Amino acid sequence: MGLTGLQIFKLLPKTNCKECGVATCMAFAMALANAKASLDQCPYVSDEAKEQLDAAAAPPIKKVTLGAGDFTRTMGDETELFRHDKKFFNETVIAIMVEDTEDVAAKAEAFDKKVYERVGLTFYTDALAIVNASGDAGKFKAAVEAAMGKTDRVLVLCSEDADAMAAALEVAADRKPLICSATADNFDKMVELASSKGCPLAVKGANLEETVEMATKAFAAGAKELVLDSGSRQVSQTVADLTQIRRQALKRTKGFGFPTMAVVTAEGDMDQIVEAVSYMSNYAGLIALKADDDALLLPLLSWRQNLYTDPQKPIAVEPGLKEVGEVTPDSPVYTTTNFSLTYYIVEGEVEASKMPSYILAVDTDGISVLTGFAAGKFTGETIAAAIKETGLEDKVNHKNIVIPGGVAVISGKLEDASGWKVLVGPREASGIHKFVRENFK
Amino acid sequence: MAFTPLKEKYRNKVAQITLGATADQGGTRTSTVTIGGEQALPFLHFEGEIPNKPVVALEVWDIAPTEWNACFEQYYGDVYSDPAAWAKKCVEEYGAEMICLRLKGADPDFGDKSPEDCVATLKAVLGAVGVPLIVLGCGKYEKDNAIFPAIAEAGEGENLLLGVGEQENYKTLTAAALGYKHAIIAQSPIDINIAKQLNILIGEMNFDTSRIVMDPTIAALGYGIEYGYSIMQRARFGALTGDKAMANPMIGNVGFEAWRAKEANASQDDFPTWGEQEARGIMWEATTAASLITAGLGIVVLRHPKTVELVKKNIDDLMVPATY
Ligand code: B12
Ligand code: SF4
Repeated sequence: MGLTGLQIFKLLPKTNCKECGVATCMAFAMALANAKASLDQCPYVSDEAKEQLDAAAAPPIKKVTLGAGDFTRTMGDETELFRHDKKFFNETVIAIMVEDTEDVAAKAEAFDKKVYERVGLTFYTDALAIVNASGDAGKFKAAVEAAMGKTDRVLVLCSEDADAMAAALEVAADRKPLICSATADNFDKMVELASSKGCPLAVKGANLEETVEMATKAFAAGAKELVLDSGSRQVSQTVADLTQIRRQALKRTKGFGFPTMAVVTAEGDMDQIVEAVSYMSNYAGLIALKADDDALLLPLLSWRQNLYTDPQKPIAVEPGLKEVGEVTPDSPVYTTTNFSLTYYIVEGEVEASKMPSYILAVDTDGISVLTGFAAGKFTGETIAAAIKETGLEDKVNHKNIVIPGGVAVISGKLEDASGWKVLVGPREASGIHKFVRENFK
Repeated sequence: MAFTPLKEKYRNKVAQITLGATADQGGTRTSTVTIGGEQALPFLHFEGEIPNKPVVALEVWDIAPTEWNACFEQYYGDVYSDPAAWAKKCVEEYGAEMICLRLKGADPDFGDKSPEDCVATLKAVLGAVGVPLIVLGCGKYEKDNAIFPAIAEAGEGENLLLGVGEQENYKTLTAAALGYKHAIIAQSPIDINIAKQLNILIGEMNFDTSRIVMDPTIAALGYGIEYGYSIMQRARFGALTGDKAMANPMIGNVGFEAWRAKEANASQDDFPTWGEQEARGIMWEATTAASLITAGLGIVVLRHPKTVELVKKNIDDLMVPATY
């Protein structure tokens, strides 16, 4: 709960009737503040106080879920201004825009294939945003229907014409698409559509102030899952608005506690990605853009992954001896660290070399090769110890171990400490393929 | 409903540094750049003054780089072995606002060029372009300490940015820069305390600490970038909230890091779902740059001409003053 004991005490009846099980209202308030009691233990607390206490207990940014079924995305529910203070939780939703005047079925089919694998992780483009460029309700509905037949990912329905939205929702409401957007002109109808269909709603004002006013009204009118679009289509203004929304939300200013979205406006495909990076780094909950080339989306999705990793603990793999493919006693042996990024990069390359191999993942507390080297955790001694501990000598009939090129200087120490022969591999793991061809075939 | 913008109240600002010197300032540059001076977090114009925009430099080597991706051949292939012509192309055709001359050839493992050779290269590049220069050593301490004094002397009056000084090796560089009035890069291994400490140590040699550009060490997108990103955010926030020992502009070798990544180099034949290689490489570099720019990078050292165009547009868009 976000309130102190004293703040809670002020909202209690102050009669000290003891029915909650403790001696005084003050004691009960302290228990509540420490999450050691629940409010319903006091029968006399007023509705007004209840509402205030509930509001204080709610997350500062509302959690909003897009989509239904197996593929859903959560927005909002963030607690930090800087990722280093704790962590960012719900990754920015990437929505690719397609216009209802295009071949939506073909585009949706291509969109649905966008799945990228890197370092043991899978990245998806999350949402298809169908734009009612035709201005025609029937065309919009048909386009949405066509898209639904081709992809199970999240849908964003973009039309400011409430009748077109109503038509599209006849077919799409069960998918819980994001309705985009309620504006000053269509406000009542869009809010009514969102609340009656139970779909999330984007609210777009002429500027931040108007957006927040509209969101407050929409929420009161029953549309509970809201996304804020400040209306800005200029990069630095959008960055400012996104930042204000996050700051105000964390300070619990009324009307700001919702996830956000930004629309990319640059013309060039590459410029769009760069613009999206600026929004992603500045709290955007959803980013809509047109660029859909794999070569451009992979970097953007990689940045998202990096930005949302937990800064407190590096992702590590279990240290030890790993087998890649059908190993035999003749198989080559590589060594690397147990930083998951490093390990998966190396594993991927070893796998691609098509030669079954062992990888000795040394326990460096999940840090990279050079960091581990500098910290004294990836050295001749630690690698030699790992060779012993894992029983490697019983598994292979040779004593050759490949080390990363970046730590060539440890060769001598490792040979002395282990009695193994060291082969200095390439600096980047991407050179392993060539290295295998030159040394093992 | 009245909406009052939330602004942090800062007590300090980032040091402002001018690099390069024109004829009337004692040098031969035709343009100078000024970075730093921020009184707000990156591009939050509503919060305080952001007097200077980040600038873009292109990397030039004193030897032909053998490991650069083949896609660079079409831009630099004809000038790889002529640093002066290479630099000229970077400025005149590709829009570099600074040149970052890397004296890789001085490395004992890459040709072991003498201090005199390095000076000759510096003079040739100074003669070929009018923009300010960043000059980096080869990274091997002993050798760098042999070339820094010669480079500093030969560049006298030009107000170069020399680098890099590290915790274990900053004294020769600092003394050389002090003697000939250059600015320096202080590099720390993604460690905010070392960054701070190094600035203090350099200051103890009577070097004006407002003439330091910090290199907090960056990594490429997908290769640990988030560590540098967060260190930069912390350093900048610390600087604005009063820590003078970190209140310096920052530089990052974005091109160098990004083009080591597999994702920048792997062919589409090998990774059919990753899209075309050159576009992917450019985006790997541009995404690395754009994300670090949002954390406060002041000098972005790049490689690909197309990335220069993308990053400059991004910076221009972010510099449009937005207020409430
Ligand atoms: C992120 C980072 C950190 C993070 C650590 C994150 C982590 N989980 O590892 C933090 C901030 C914690 C950190 C701390 C330190 N760091 Co650090 N860090 C970096 C940075 C920026 C990136 C490292 C990274 O993640 N790389 C990506 C991974 C995938 O790379 P990798 O593990 O090397 O793997 C590649 C290759 O080695 C190869 N490979 C890997 N395994 C194998 C195996 C085989 C067989 C082959 C062939 C190839 C191969 O393939 C991979 C991809 O190509 C680098 C600088 C840089 N730009 O690279 C400095 C760097 C590694 N750090 C450095 C230092 C000095 C430190 C500190 C000692 C600083 C300090 N005093 O505080 C501390 C030590 C930490 C400790 N005491 O625990 C130095 C090391 C200098 C040296 N050569 O000794 C570097 C190089 C920075 C510098 N230039 O000064 N660091
Ligand atoms: S039950 Fe309510 S009113 Fe009675 S002592 Fe407990 S908190 Fe106070």
